[in-house]
Amino acid sequence: MLIDWFTIIAQLINFLVLVWLLKHFLYRPILNTIDAREKRIADELADADSKRAEADQQREEFQQKNTEFDQQRTAKMNIVGEEAKTERARLLESVRQESDALRSKLELALKNEQLSLKDSLSQRAREEVFAIVRKALSDMAGTSLEASIADVFVKRLDALADAEKANLQSAFQDSTEALIVHTAFDLPKKQITQITKALHGLLGDGVVIEFATDANLISGIEIDSHGQKIGWSIADYLTTLTKRVNDVMLSHNAVQDESPELEKSQEQAS
Amino acid sequence: MNLTPDLIIYWQLGFLKLNATIVFTWLVMLVLVVGSILITRNLSNNLQRSRWQNALEVVVITINKQIEEVGLSQPQKYIGFLGTLFLFIAVSALGTIIPGFEPPTGSLSTTAALALCVLVAVPLFGIQETGLGGYLSSYTQPTIIMLPFNIISEVSRTLALAVRLFGNMMSGAMIIAILLTITPFLFPIVMTVLGLLTGIVQAYIFFILATVYIAAATSSSKTEVQSTETS
Repeated sequence: MLIDWFTIIAQLINFLVLVWLLKHFLYRPILNTIDAREKRIADELADADSKRAEADQQREEFQQKNTEFDQQRTAKMNIVGEEAKTERARLLESVRQESDALRSKLELALKNEQLSLKDSLSQRAREEVFAIVRKALSDMAGTSLEASIADVFVKRLDALADAEKANLQSAFQDSTEALIVHTAFDLPKKQITQITKALHGLLGDGVVIEFATDANLISGIEIDSHGQKIGWSIADYLTTLTKRVNDVMLSHNAVQDESPELEKSQEQAS
Repeated sequence: MNLTPDLIIYWQLGFLKLNATIVFTWLVMLVLVVGSILITRNLSNNLQRSRWQNALEVVVITINKQIEEVGLSQPQKYIGFLGTLFLFIAVSALGTIIPGFEPPTGSLSTTAALALCVLVAVPLFGIQETGLGGYLSSYTQPTIIMLPFNIISEVSRTLALAVRLFGNMMSGAMIIAILLTITPFLFPIVMTVLGLLTGIVQAYIFFILATVYIAAATSSSKTEVQSTETS
């Protein structure tokens, strides 16, 4: 007989025991573990999802802020750029004005310098010319020239017109002091006598006449008393010449100073 | 050579006896229970876990999925019974590679006991799910005329379950024993491998049929089950 009833019963019991044991030791722990793991993974996934959502939100916020920042920056950059342009134009204008002022000032200074250089040059030239003339004439002067001059002097005194003689007389006649005749060199006796005679003839015999030498005259004769002075000397000529040349130069400079202003006004008008 | 391990008796006292079927059943039970205890002792619910735990999880999840695929929406309720059926039969079949091992499923007593368990479990689960009236009414589907046929089918399929498993397991062991006497080399090994395959297939067939019966009982759609069985 293939079927043994005791064995069937024993196997039934064995199987039921095995079912209970495996349920207790195998299926339940394994399934619980799997459930716990799945729950944990689900939780982690949910957590990750929420974190990702949060991150997405933060990213969007960040992007929005970034965009706003970019816009603000662009706007500010534009404003700053405009300001910089304006400031640059203003500074350029100011620098241009300053440079114009400086240039005109410089030009004026240059002109003044040129003028003063010119002045000093002409002054120096004049002085040199006159010094040379003076030197030449003083080199040429001598007793013989003095004698000639004394002769000319006497002749002139004699040749004076009546009105001029009266003037001289009124000027020197009342003088109680001696008349001083200045010459560059000592005159010879002859000329002294001629001059004395001529003066006495003009002013009267009471007039005291003294002779003195003055190298500054270069050559010539001068009569001096009480601030009154008549004479004829090369120094006088030279002084007069110098004065006239100076007058001419001054008037010329005055004309030149006026001319630049005229030019400037013409430029502005154009 | 014995046709069934029931005949190998180690100890007997009147009606009580300790034959090879019971001893090797205990051995299989011991392997299953001790293995389960050892592996589930240090279960980890982290992503890092031992390979034994992984293997066990694969087995349990596969059984669970199979039950669910057959149509039982809550496999946790049935895995204790159905999973144990599969594991017991499979481990018995796998044990045949050990020389001297007598598979307990090679005994008609064992397969009959398992079939009886299924015979009892089906109405129990059916009543639990659909109530006594609901379950009993399923025998009269689609008409009352079908009642005797349904009852006959209930008995005959239990018998078929028992005999099918016994026949396969016994014949496997028998073929190996016969071949060992004829050609001691090579052929017994090939046949052992084949035996392993048929053992596992039989375990799957037994398990899936039991699942289908229970699914049919709990959903009270008998016709579907019958069509599955005939196919």
